[in-house]
Amino acid sequence: MPKDTGIGASSKRREDVRFLTGDGNYTDDINVHGQAYVHFLRSDVAHAKINGIDTSAAEGMPGVIRIFTGKDFEAVGGLPCGWQVTDRHGQPMQEPKHPVLAHGKVRHVGDPICAVVAETLAQARDAAEAIELDLEILPAVINMKEAVKDGAPKVHDDLTSNLCYDWGFVEENRAAVDEAISKAAHVTTLELVNNRLIANPMEPRVAVGQWEKGTGDYTLYTTSQNPHVIRLLMGAFVLGIPEHKLRVVAPDVGGGFGSKIFHYAEEAFCTWAAKECRRPVKWTSTRSEAFMTDAHGRDHVTRIELALDADHNFTALRTETYANMGAYLSTFAPSVPTWLHGTLMAGNYKTPLIYVNVKAVFTNTVPVDAYRGAGRPEATFQLERVIDKAARELGVDPIELRRKNFVTEFPYATPVAVEYDTGDYNATMDKLIEIADIAGFEARAEESKKKGLWRGLGVNSYIEACGIAPSNLVGQLGARAGLYESATVRVNATGGLVVMTGSHSHGQGHETAFPQVVADMIGIPEDMVEVVHGDTANTPMGMGTYGSRSLAVGGSAMVRATEKIIAKAKKIAAHIMEASDSDIELKDGKFTVAGTDKSLAWGDVTLAAYVPHNYPLKDMEPGLEETAFYDPNNFTYPAGAYACEVEVDPETGKVTVARFAAADDFGNIINPMIVDGQVHGGIAQGIGQALLENCAYDEAGQLISASYMDYAMPRADDVPFYSVDHSCQTPCTHNPLGVKGCGEAGAIGSPPAVVNAVIDALQRGGKNVTHIDMPLSPARVWAAMNGATANEGAAQPAARDSGSAEGRSLGGQV
Amino acid sequence: MAKVSMRVNGKSVSADVEGRTLLVEMLRGPLGLTGTHVGCDTSQCGACVVHVNGKAVKACTMFAAEAEGAEVTTIEGMANADGSLGTIQQAFQDYHGLQCGFCTPGMVMSAAALLKDNPKPTESEIRHYLEGNICRCTGYHNIVKAIQAASGQDVGAIAAE
Ligand code: FES
Ligand code: FES
Repeated sequence: MPKDTGIGASSKRREDVRFLTGDGNYTDDINVHGQAYVHFLRSDVAHAKINGIDTSAAEGMPGVIRIFTGKDFEAVGGLPCGWQVTDRHGQPMQEPKHPVLAHGKVRHVGDPICAVVAETLAQARDAAEAIELDLEILPAVINMKEAVKDGAPKVHDDLTSNLCYDWGFVEENRAAVDEAISKAAHVTTLELVNNRLIANPMEPRVAVGQWEKGTGDYTLYTTSQNPHVIRLLMGAFVLGIPEHKLRVVAPDVGGGFGSKIFHYAEEAFCTWAAKECRRPVKWTSTRSEAFMTDAHGRDHVTRIELALDADHNFTALRTETYANMGAYLSTFAPSVPTWLHGTLMAGNYKTPLIYVNVKAVFTNTVPVDAYRGAGRPEATFQLERVIDKAARELGVDPIELRRKNFVTEFPYATPVAVEYDTGDYNATMDKLIEIADIAGFEARAEESKKKGLWRGLGVNSYIEACGIAPSNLVGQLGARAGLYESATVRVNATGGLVVMTGSHSHGQGHETAFPQVVADMIGIPEDMVEVVHGDTANTPMGMGTYGSRSLAVGGSAMVRATEKIIAKAKKIAAHIMEASDSDIELKDGKFTVAGTDKSLAWGDVTLAAYVPHNYPLKDMEPGLEETAFYDPNNFTYPAGAYACEVEVDPETGKVTVARFAAADDFGNIINPMIVDGQVHGGIAQGIGQALLENCAYDEAGQLISASYMDYAMPRADDVPFYSVDHSCQTPCTHNPLGVKGCGEAGAIGSPPAVVNAVIDALQRGGKNVTHIDMPLSPARVWAAMNGATANEGAAQPAARDSGSAEGRSLGGQV
Repeated sequence: MAKVSMRVNGKSVSADVEGRTLLVEMLRGPLGLTGTHVGCDTSQCGACVVHVNGKAVKACTMFAAEAEGAEVTTIEGMANADGSLGTIQQAFQDYHGLQCGFCTPGMVMSAAALLKDNPKPTESEIRHYLEGNICRCTGYHNIVKAIQAASGQDVGAIAAE
């Protein structure tokens, strides 16, 4: 029986009521008395020297308060990067400066040059049009392989080249991997592009900066997934404001998907300008601005080789990836193609030898950083595509080839530095076969054929590492932060609780799910527990929400704090009932003394904590409030198997997703309804990546996909109902809830399933196409199938000519 | 600046706005009705959908002045008289048709307009109708399900197809 309350119950979300009635409080809904508005004048070219900025005409325009340029920020720090990667030769990555407003040069379309603060937004915009810019256009580097050639124009003149780092992992394995590949019975090679994407949370970014003259305190309201991180980065590294004089509030946030992790220039600007102008300053991004200023995601170009022995065991894996960093290093950018990607290249398989090489490259494009899955979708896509190709080359069943190589014994130490604590990949594959009704596929394919359509089936596994992360480990890997999480649990005198968490909810439903846990531990109704998050003034220092970490790390902190509360409450109960602490039991909100009929209600004890008349004051402080910081000792490893069925129209190349099934192992589940929703959303983003979305630049560095007319977001009629299951549960062995995290799985597991399905459909239709780069737009599919004969060799060039993202043509959007 | 008057959620309201002020700007600004959202600047996302004289309209594609004298309903006007959630709102909560909530006001307003014209829409009619509303969180599964449920259809059997 499904539970109706506590852990495991699909409790309805309490936050929904305000969102459904228009009573949400998003950052743009916040207006501070006396606020002024800022409009950023941004570069409309990819690369140029700033020879002059003439603001004189604009200064006199109506309503203008002040116009800022890069010069005004000379004394202020640049935007910091939170992760330093060390290259193959032991050298630190090249790390350019990232000024708040461009200084000397602009390096991508959208780079801010001037900031106009005015009484109204319209006045700020009008004045910006009167600014005269003298820009000397420089040649831009857009294509990564061109960017690393000798003599290529440099994005940063003070760096030695456009190569940020050349990373090898595990460098010591390299020779052994090379040798294993040269001796293999079979090697499957694939070159592929992980297309550049834009996270596109529906709420554009907003920042409102405020400075109190009386106290000298600053407040920033911002659309962030991690207000404490912003406070630390902006306060300490950019503006030099001590944290106790700076409050950062991220109220209701309308989705993030990674893009709202990072510290952005506009946040620092509004905070700093509030003092300079003696006025609160507000910035609301337009969607057009969002396309050219929110950090982009993915953008990897990879060659992968999988070696197999005669029995089809995987013997070695070698990859070479070019990863686009964009023009500057966004907050966590260097970690994404390295530690969040290389460490996952074992996938669900016991490949003994792995070598991953990643060249991170600066180009004249928007910075690239984590987007839902961050590194793990890139790893999964390569691996699950190359395995599919290998199965086809060897003429074996792709599911059986996977099963043959699955890791089955746990814990399992991979050759890429991580140790999987638990899992059961055959179980999720079995479940997938059931829920996807793979047995019925051939019959459905026949039906499709009657309609003149080619049906294909794509299956893959995935694993991800989340619940990030053990601080000492990530510190060794270059992180400049810890990745623990915190919670303060405050019990009020009358028994209600407030959980103040460093995690942040921007759609994940923490306000509902977190109380389910605490209520269950104490045995009280969920509505006695309230969650406070998103404000540095009333939450303990925490690292926020990304990397599917909220429940695994933030939830663990909350459990630890609640355990402290319960331990103290038991002592109080023992004192009142004149029993020994160890005899006290707490169940259903009642303290009892073992072996007696004595009992005390939860509320009696909480009241005694604050009205300590009968209380062990000699031994214990009054009050009932505890804080815990939880630092995980490993990542968690959600895993599963996904299946997609597509229909391809051979006349047009149009792909329709007919069915999609996901069998995930997330360990224990707190709220199944919320988990389903997380998976649904991830799958839609994965289908979007596979079929629709492409962030495209032309050769001059113009962003051609800079609106919803050009960037194809998945819409309701692009996707089917999904069949999702998370009944296969191998609980995480190292956190108190046994949970693994579910936020990114859908986006990680789904792209290869879709592409595998399309390739299968084309092959069944008699076209020997072995790969098409995402997004599989009708134009690309049509070109691939018409360029392909029954001849393997023709397939690849045809696919790539049809608009490879590597060439940065507009291909995908045709 | 000119004075524009209309009825919003049954109340007469007016504000001084510029000729270029959009309806959504007037709602969110001087009228303080921040439930209607702005998710784009190209009339593509549907976060701003309201009803003007009974029809679903993207409030970012209409000047405030064009709504002079109109009857406007926003998300703030969708609850029952006693403050409880209306049928569509309740179905969105029951079927988890929202996550971050940013697209939600527009989704609810579009759904209400759909059900008015087509009280028992099929899955594909719903998906087609929602083409102008983008949601990045839910993958649409539970939105479609919620709208079917709100229209009194059985959604118990919804699985893979
Ligand atoms: S804000 Fe109106 S359609 Fe996007
Ligand atoms: S619920 Fe977040 S965009 Fe739809």
